[in-house]
Amino acid sequence: MTDQILTVRFFARLREELGTEQLTLPAEKDQTAGDLLAELASRGGPWAQLQGGQPVMIAINQAMAKPATPVKAGDEVAFFPPVTGG
Amino acid sequence: MISIQSEDFDSGVEYAALRDSGAGTGAIATFTGLVRDNGDTQDVSGLFLEHYPGMTEQVIAGLIEEASRRWDVRKARVIHRVGRLLLQEQIVFVGVCSAHRGDAFAACEFIMDALKTSAPFWKKELSEAGEHWVEQKASDVARGEVWEN
Repeated sequence: MTDQILTVRFFARLREELGTEQLTLPAEKDQTAGDLLAELASRGGPWAQLQGGQPVMIAINQAMAKPATPVKAGDEVAFFPPVTGG
Repeated sequence: MISIQSEDFDSGVEYAALRDSGAGTGAIATFTGLVRDNGDTQDVSGLFLEHYPGMTEQVIAGLIEEASRRWDVRKARVIHRVGRLLLQEQIVFVGVCSAHRGDAFAACEFIMDALKTSAPFWKKELSEAGEHWVEQKASDVARGEVWEN
């Protein structure tokens, strides 16, 4: 595979509080969405809320996912607060 | 048909299109949601609505498919607005055509309830006091769960 990266997107309150709409990270072997959250939370500051803070919903390639869902190179992973449309 | 748009919609035009769904349609149920002044905060002057383009449409299409498996749905229409909306503006429209009223009511209510807890939209309330991202309501989650049986 040529690009061993993941695209990570944030929405709504998380997007604002992290000051980040999108970032790319190297894809690692046997990685789950939960691992990715833990890695991002370890950046500290506002990122710490990604673990143990308010609930964070996960989508992988635009479908709802769980912390245990594997992520692989080329995936689009999104983290966002519980939805409030309608 | 699903539309995510910043522009307003005309429910009369949408209703006319739903009526044009064939001679088997005996009932049309529609729902329209508006921006109201009291949400999480008081004296709301408007909303900002954000969504996840692409995923939103996929989730709503899935809800219409599920409604069509559970009830008689001859035609369904969902419009959801995004961006900045003022007080009393229309936010969302759901319309369903069925043979009978029971299916039209149920499918319309199901799509609306499930949209609130599964479609990736987020509301921010705007008021004199500032901005506030709306929190998901336990009552909305409970309404969504009712349909899981």
